[in-house]
Amino acid sequence: MRSGVFFEKYSEEMALRPYPLQRMRLGLFALAVVIFPFIASPYWLSLANQVAIATVGALGLNLLVGYTGQISLGQGAFLAIGAYGSGLLTLRMDLPFWLSIPIAGLITAAAGLIIGLPSLRLKGLYLAIATLAAQQIVEWVITHWTWLTGGTEALVIPSPKLFGFRLDRDFNFYWFGVATAALAALFVANLMRSRVGRSFVAIRDQDIAAGALGVNVFRTKLVAFATSSFLVGITGALIAHYRTIITWERFTLDTSITYLAMIIVGGLGTINGSFFGATLIVLLPALINSVGQSLQTTVPAAARILPFVQQGAFGLIIILFLVLEPEGLAKLWRNIKDQFKVWPFSY
Amino acid sequence: MPTNPVLSLDDVTLKFGGVTALDGISFDVRSGEIFAVIGPNGAGKTSLLNSISGLYRPQQGALTLHPTPQRSSGQGNAATRALELRRTAPHNIARAGVARSFQNIELFRHMSVLDNLMLGRHVHLTGGVLSCGLYWGPQRRAEIEHREVVEEIIDFLEIEALRHAQVGTLAYGLQKRVELARALALSPRLLLLDEPMAGMNAEEKEDMARFILDINEDRGITTVLSEHDMGVVMDLSDRIAVLDFGRLIAIGSPAEIGTDPAVINAYLGQAHTETAPPA
Ligand SMILES: Nc1ncnc2c1ncn2[C@@H]1O[C@H](COP(=O)(O)OP(=O)(O)OP(=O)(O)O)[C@@H](O)[C@H]1O
Ligand SMILES: [Mg+2]
Repeated sequence: MRSGVFFEKYSEEMALRPYPLQRMRLGLFALAVVIFPFIASPYWLSLANQVAIATVGALGLNLLVGYTGQISLGQGAFLAIGAYGSGLLTLRMDLPFWLSIPIAGLITAAAGLIIGLPSLRLKGLYLAIATLAAQQIVEWVITHWTWLTGGTEALVIPSPKLFGFRLDRDFNFYWFGVATAALAALFVANLMRSRVGRSFVAIRDQDIAAGALGVNVFRTKLVAFATSSFLVGITGALIAHYRTIITWERFTLDTSITYLAMIIVGGLGTINGSFFGATLIVLLPALINSVGQSLQTTVPAAARILPFVQQGAFGLIIILFLVLEPEGLAKLWRNIKDQFKVWPFSY
Repeated sequence: MPTNPVLSLDDVTLKFGGVTALDGISFDVRSGEIFAVIGPNGAGKTSLLNSISGLYRPQQGALTLHPTPQRSSGQGNAATRALELRRTAPHNIARAGVARSFQNIELFRHMSVLDNLMLGRHVHLTGGVLSCGLYWGPQRRAEIEHREVVEEIIDFLEIEALRHAQVGTLAYGLQKRVELARALALSPRLLLLDEPMAGMNAEEKEDMARFILDINEDRGITTVLSEHDMGVVMDLSDRIAVLDFGRLIAIGSPAEIGTDPAVINAYLGQAHTETAPPA
């Protein structure tokens, strides 16, 4: 517990960031986010955009897996529904992307309701298998309903424009991506400090007790699936409009597992962990890549085994995280803050 | 004492395969009383409470939660019609004003004490995903308003210092108390406590007994508690029902039960051990 700050009203203590230090940290972070695009190279800007997009997806998945305890291997499918949904709405119906994105979110939420139905009966690994089936079905539909999705061909969509700014430029997209991620984080934070979010966690921790206290467990699970899918659908739509090219390969089981890795490494059931995890998983391959490239010039022999080393290093780093800090980066961050709380005293 | 029943059991029978956990049980729980259900290990006490809260479905009989005679003011749980509990989902039974604690403590371990209690207010709060996610005016006001109710219970049960503690880290006796607080947060009209004092030391038992009495006297909440140690309930209860192998072998005041030959026989004829708290 932090000492030295006292509240006079519950409303003050119940604020999202009740402590001055917390607000200061957030302010600094916001400042860095605003300055960043002006000093970053295009390469780093594109990485930042990918982080922003992945953060929204990680928040969505964390809502379902981390907070509500419902394991899902269907992330790729939900992303695909959002991406194709929004892409086709702009392509075939000429909707502006700022309208097609939320609609795609709603479509994905509806799909989440259906894919979430097995959760009423199944738990843990059994549920994971059921969502895996959904993942496979969606993949099949996308690659076979050629009249709708173009099948295995890439779907090219018009590049998005907002107030006359073309968002296919990384600098412009950045503001849109970051704002969406910030709104998503705020939404999840609010949800988790009020009635609905509490019932999510209650179901995860003790579903029988939750029921005995008046939580409609079945309904709440479906609400969690729908809400999570809404955010993930928006993520898929963001990917579509950022890339302006949609291909099914982007939304396979691989993607589902990558997102699971994100929230596990970042921290299950945490908001900052969703961001940390997204950052790490986006940056890690890029970092390994650049290390590999510098090796290529210095030690050309290493170049041949490079692809395998990259895969292995990625896996190894994730395993190391799981072993050394099972509660994820969010926990590491908490430890660091705790260190400074009593600074300069070490006790 | 008012004698209109809050809850009636009529010929309730619950079987698990070959085991008859409850065997034709009938009794009334009267408004405002502390009603104890006692019996040796495996007598069917937990099965009885689970049947009332809808977690178990008896194959036979009726469990009726009676409506409150006049709409009590301010109590959001005033049910207007009788509820057949055998056909009601647990969350709807809770909505009708039945709250409970569990023999093996079923708290939300990763939540704070406050959040556990706020979850106890779940049925009184409204607001869906949109309202909660935006946390706008009405939602915010409701959360604060119910926080005040929760704080009142925190004061009452003397757990002020634990407010922000994660429940899973608390000592066993304190967890039991938090679980009672969570049930109380529902503002129930019927409170079910499954062995509220099991595994506690003498001092903790005394505290718990005091809380149960205060809840009953100050708040007028009808309480059904189970206990396998006869001594504990003698001073506490208005009436006691004794179960043995799923059968109701006696019911009456503590004085009547203490001298009932069938009860003495059931208790002396069986070796029963104190349930140890989970390590
Ligand atoms: N879910 C269940 N599945 C199978 N049998 C059960 C179940 N719950 C209870 N039983 C059986 O029903 C009988 C009554 O058990 P119950 O738990 O109600 O007893 P109890 O009086 O609460 O005992 P204790 O003092 O040990 O808590 C026992 O024989 C028990 O094995
Ligand atoms: Mg029991």
